[in-house]
Amino acid sequence: MKIVVFIKQVPDTTDVKIDPETNTLKRGDSPAIINPFDLYALEEGIRLKEKFGGEVIAITMGPPQAKEAIKEAVAMGVDDGILISDRAFAGADTLATSYTLSQAVKKIENVDLIICGKQASDGDTAQTGPGIAEWLKLPQATFVKKIDDIKEGHIYLESMWDEGTEKLKLPLPALITVVKEINEPRIPGLRGKMKAKKFEVKLWDNKFLSLPEEKIGLNGSPTQVRKIFSPPQKEPGRQLTVTENVSEIAEEVVNTFQKMGLV
Amino acid sequence: MGLNIDREKCTLCGDCISACPFAALEIIDGKLIVNNACTVCGICVDVCQEGALSIERTEAKVTRDNSEYKGVAIFAEQEKGNIHSVAYELLGIGRKLADKLNVELTAYLLGNDIKDINSLFHYGADRIVFAKDERLDHFNIDRYTEVITKIINKEKPEIFLGGATFIGRSLLSRIAVKLKTGLTADCTGLDVDDKRNLIQTRPAFGGNIMAEILTPNHRPQMATVRHKVMKPMRPDESRKGRIIEFGIESNLLTPVEFIDFIIDTSQKVNLAEADIIVSGGRGLGGPEHFDIIEELASLLNGAVGASRAAVDAGWIPYSHQVGQTGRTVSPKMYMAIGISGAIQHLVGMQSSDFIVAINKDPEAPIFKVADLGIVGDLFDVVPALIKEIKKRKGL
Repeated sequence: MKIVVFIKQVPDTTDVKIDPETNTLKRGDSPAIINPFDLYALEEGIRLKEKFGGEVIAITMGPPQAKEAIKEAVAMGVDDGILISDRAFAGADTLATSYTLSQAVKKIENVDLIICGKQASDGDTAQTGPGIAEWLKLPQATFVKKIDDIKEGHIYLESMWDEGTEKLKLPLPALITVVKEINEPRIPGLRGKMKAKKFEVKLWDNKFLSLPEEKIGLNGSPTQVRKIFSPPQKEPGRQLTVTENVSEIAEEVVNTFQKMGLV
Repeated sequence: MGLNIDREKCTLCGDCISACPFAALEIIDGKLIVNNACTVCGICVDVCQEGALSIERTEAKVTRDNSEYKGVAIFAEQEKGNIHSVAYELLGIGRKLADKLNVELTAYLLGNDIKDINSLFHYGADRIVFAKDERLDHFNIDRYTEVITKIINKEKPEIFLGGATFIGRSLLSRIAVKLKTGLTADCTGLDVDDKRNLIQTRPAFGGNIMAEILTPNHRPQMATVRHKVMKPMRPDESRKGRIIEFGIESNLLTPVEFIDFIIDTSQKVNLAEADIIVSGGRGLGGPEHFDIIEELASLLNGAVGASRAAVDAGWIPYSHQVGQTGRTVSPKMYMAIGISGAIQHLVGMQSSDFIVAINKDPEAPIFKVADLGIVGDLFDVVPALIKEIKKRKGL
C-alpha cells in the first residue's frame, strides 16, 4: 500500500502574541512545529504500513526551513519525504494549496490512501483535505476517529460527527482527515532520529512540478487578505474570592445567572 | 506579485522579522529576504517605520462576467428531516446582506420529508430551492456536492454561506474547488462593501489575530460561519415565500457506502448545540468527581465539556474535549471549573458570550478571559451553586 501523509509546519500558536503597545503581532522565539493534528495523520500512516506493508511518504509545502517537519516525520518512521517549495507557491489560499498538493500526488502515482490532519492550527480551515480530494476526484471521509479495516480494496472507518459516529466503507484510493482520538503519536526513538539526521529531503520546486502560474500561489488564490488586526480587548471581569462566605457567593453568582436568563 | 522590499529604505532594524507570524522574513548576507512562507498578509508593511515594504497585487483576470451572479443563498442543513438551527443563524446574517444588496435570500434545502419547511421563511428566506429525494435524506458528500453545485450553477448567487459544522466544512470545501472559487472558513463577521464585495472577518492563530478577507473576482463568494456565532432574526410566522423544487436528473452515484450511524449517548446535550457548557479539568482530581460537573450542567440544561488534561487522563471521552485539539465552542455561557486555562483551551472557548471560572489559584490564566471569576475550592463552590440553583427551582 502506498500512503501519502500531508503535513504542515505551523508557528507554535501558544507563542504568538499581540504587543499591546504597538498593537502588532509578536512571534516568540520557539521554533515552528508540525501541526498537532498532522502527528495523528503520520502515526496512522505508519501504523497502517506496519500492519499492511507498503510505503509512507510525508509531503509538506512551505519555506525551505519546513524540511525540518519532514525530518521529524522521518524520525517517526515514514519512508520518504518531499518538500514542495518555491516562491511561486507563496500566498496560496486553500484553493491554490489543494491544487498544488493534488498535483504532487499525481506525480507520485499509484497512491492508495492520502491522510491529512483534520485542520491546521494556524489557519483552522479544515478545507485543504477535502479540496485535494475534489481536485483528484477521490472519495473522502473527514474527521475519522478509527480505521476498522482495509480489505479487498476498501477502507472501513468511523467518522466523528457532532451528534455521534458514522461508519463508512470507501473504495481505495481515497482521502481521509483524522482527529486526535484515532491514536497516540509515537515519540521518535534514537534510531529514527539518526535516520532523520542523515535523510536528504527531496525538494520539488515549480521547475519540477511545472504548474501553470495562474493556478498557484497568490495568482491562483481567489481569496485575498485585506487587513489583519488584533481582536478587541476584553473588559476585565469581576472577581469574587471565597473565604467563609461560600453560600453568599453562590447566591450572588446564581443572581447573575438569573439576570441573564440562564436559570 | 507579492511582497516588495525597497532595500534603499530598509535599515535592517528587524522589526518586520519579529512581527511576521510566518517566519517569512530573514536577514541573509546583510540583506532582508522574504521566503515562501509569506502569505502576503501585510503585517510587516504596517510595522515598517521606513516604508520599505509594500505589497503589489496583480488583479487576477476576471474570466467570468460577475454581473449575472445575483442574490444571497444559504445551505439549510438538515438531518432526518430536522432543520439544523445553524440554518436559521445563516438566514439571520443572510437577510442583512440581502437587504443591503437589495436582492433575494434563498435557502438551498436537500432532503426528503422535511419537518416545518416554512420555518425557513419565518426566519428570513424569500425562496427555498428544494432538492427532494430520499437519497438526500442522510448526508452523503458526493451526492450533496453534485446537487448543490448544480443548483449554484443554475441559480448563480453572488454569496453562498454554510455552517461550519461537520457537514458544512467538508461539503463547502469540495463545492468551492468544484466551482474554482474562494471559501473563507469560520467567519465571525460578514458585511458587504459598495462594490458588492463580501467582507469576511475571521480569527486566525487561535483567535490571536483577526483577518479581513475578500473574494474580489470569483463568484459565488463562499464562507462558513460557526454555529452559535450569528444570531437568528426573531421568527415572523406571517412571512411567506416560494418553494422551487429542484429536479434530480442524475443517478446520484457515490463511491461511499454508508454502513451505520451511532448516536453518542454519553452526551445528554450536544456540545455544539448547547447554550450553556459546564467544563471540568485537572482540578477535579479524578473521574468520579465529574458527577458534580454533570449535576450542575443538567440543572442549567447545559452540556458537559472537559479540558485536554481531563480527557488525556481518561476521565471523560474525547468527544467532550474543548480546545485546540478538541472542539471550538461559543455558547451563551461557558463555565470552566478546575481548569487553569492553557492557551490551547482558551482558543476553543474564548469567544463564548459569558465566561465563568472557578479555580483555587488566583493567578490561573483562565481568570484573564473570565467575565466572572470565583477564587476558591471547586469542591466548596460547585456544591454551593448546585444547592442554590435547586433552592430557586424549588427542588
